[in-house]
Amino acid sequence: MKFLPLVWSNLRRKRVRTFFTLLSILVAFLLFGYLAAVRSAFDMGIQIAGVDRLVLTHKTSIILSLPLSYQDRIAAVPGVVDVANASWFGGIYQDPKNFFAQMAVDPERYLRLYPEFLLPEDQKKAWLADRTGAICGRYLADRYHWKIGDRIPLTASVWQKKNGSISWEFTLDGIYDGATKTTDTTQFLFHWKYLDESRVRRNGMVGWYIIRISPPDQAPQIVKRIDDLFANSDYETKTSTEKAFMQGFAKQVGNIGAIITAILSVVFFVILLVAGNTMMQSVRERITELAVLKTVGFPNGLILSLVLSESVVLAVLGGGLGLGLAWLLISIHGDPTRGALPIFFLPPGSAVIGVAFILLLGLATGAIPALQAMRLRVVEALRRG
Amino acid sequence: MPEATISHPQEVSRADGPGGALVRVQDAHKVYTRGSERIDVLLGVNLDVPRGDFLALMGPSGSGKTTLLNLLAGLDRPSQGVVEIGGERIDRMGEGQLAHWRSRHVGFVFQLYNLLPTLTAERNVELPLLLTHLSASERKSHVATALAVVGLADRGKHYPRQLSGGQEQRVAIARAIVGDPTLLLCDEPTGDLDRKSEEEILDLLQALNREHHKTIIMVTHNQHAAARARRIVYLNKGQLQAEQIQ
Repeated sequence: MKFLPLVWSNLRRKRVRTFFTLLSILVAFLLFGYLAAVRSAFDMGIQIAGVDRLVLTHKTSIILSLPLSYQDRIAAVPGVVDVANASWFGGIYQDPKNFFAQMAVDPERYLRLYPEFLLPEDQKKAWLADRTGAICGRYLADRYHWKIGDRIPLTASVWQKKNGSISWEFTLDGIYDGATKTTDTTQFLFHWKYLDESRVRRNGMVGWYIIRISPPDQAPQIVKRIDDLFANSDYETKTSTEKAFMQGFAKQVGNIGAIITAILSVVFFVILLVAGNTMMQSVRERITELAVLKTVGFPNGLILSLVLSESVVLAVLGGGLGLGLAWLLISIHGDPTRGALPIFFLPPGSAVIGVAFILLLGLATGAIPALQAMRLRVVEALRRG
Repeated sequence: MPEATISHPQEVSRADGPGGALVRVQDAHKVYTRGSERIDVLLGVNLDVPRGDFLALMGPSGSGKTTLLNLLAGLDRPSQGVVEIGGERIDRMGEGQLAHWRSRHVGFVFQLYNLLPTLTAERNVELPLLLTHLSASERKSHVATALAVVGLADRGKHYPRQLSGGQEQRVAIARAIVGDPTLLLCDEPTGDLDRKSEEEILDLLQALNREHHKTIIMVTHNQHAAARARRIVYLNKGQLQAEQIQ
């Protein structure tokens, strides 16, 4: 601790340079925080996928519909415990930028399949009794300041009503919370019956099925049984575990992990050069001072430690502020895409990796100048100075 | 000034070399090589400096004065010969040992002061004490005493850029004496100062020698400065050529 003023005074020597180096490290770790949250947002859907849930879609594409009549046939397959259907609505709330998932579902069945959606019993009853009623997740309600009883209008992009209107209106009957931090609370759910009775076309069709099975380790056999059941029909199916379904969904966007790793590698390499250059310059500028310290009796190891401490302090300040700011902004503002990444937070594991990166950056940028300072020959340095 | 900071030699139980010399240099050679060229800087120097002496080392440029001073400070090692300070063979010490030895036994004053510009006068003076086990309050007390000795008790919070050249050199002297070293080595301490400041620094060195019995070896070109020493030795072409006792 007694050497801290010495370390600190050296960082304050060129304040503008130190400030910009700090800023660059800060921005790098702010970016790291956000990208870690993005990566986790993509991974999270896979991680939280129910081990006992399957997703059944049209064999060709998820955007193609399936008959509702499949529901009972699926339910009869050995190993299937429960089935629910869901259909994508894709409406616009006020502005196309206000993107969130809207799905027409069979309320009772859907809530049975997703017990992690915690809906108070009275709100559930109200929803079940209200044909034009809807529920939404807490995140969504907070985002648009919705409260129970609000009328929520959606402009359909696909579904036209029989009266020619594309305007759909729902009453908010309930707001569900997530059982854990990773539960998706950005969904807007309403009665499939309301959709089906009101729309012009594709009546009696649903988007996909969610299936609960038991035991989960029998998934491959149950999947085969279901898909075999509908083989060579007009609507062939593709069933997969929810995890595999989520992975496939994420892969449609691209290999997010690889993209993020590539971006961060470039960013950290640049920061390594920037901070490393700052440290090299800083040491070059005070060769004489380092020689004086050695003359006074500072041993080589201490000189090495002092220079390394400077780079570590620089990295800890900049990186700590960057990570802290990322955590703060993510906590306050959440998903920057306004709905595309429903589970968006800085995972503790990534924060720990961030801290490790900070220390690594500090040591890596200080290593060469610290070794140079340590190996400095006093007599030569004083002569040069 | 308090005994805690600058002691009198008779109160110290440090082993001196044979004949009572604090500094003993025997047949010291220093050879540098630049490519294939061999440069003999010191050619068998012999020098004894008793405890409490104030020695001026004079000679033309390139005569080896600073090289000899560096050997005495443990900043460099002789190519051949013996350098013994207070009975310890510093020419045989490793780099780590030398650093430790310097921190306990040597105070060094440079021509260009060499204060750390980012530290206040107090912090500059405190530097050697950071290598000791003294507490913060003890360090503070020693620093205050050293600054008082050089007459800058009221300049502790000033940065070097806020001080005159003479004041900077006095802070450098405070830094050199704060750890109560065995030996004070000065390399052209007045070489960058005006006449008035030069006199102040020489008065201070003389007082340190006479009143606090510090052993001082001073390299200088300046006859006027050398005249303040008790003894002057002349170095020419790497050899001691004459000695003058005043």
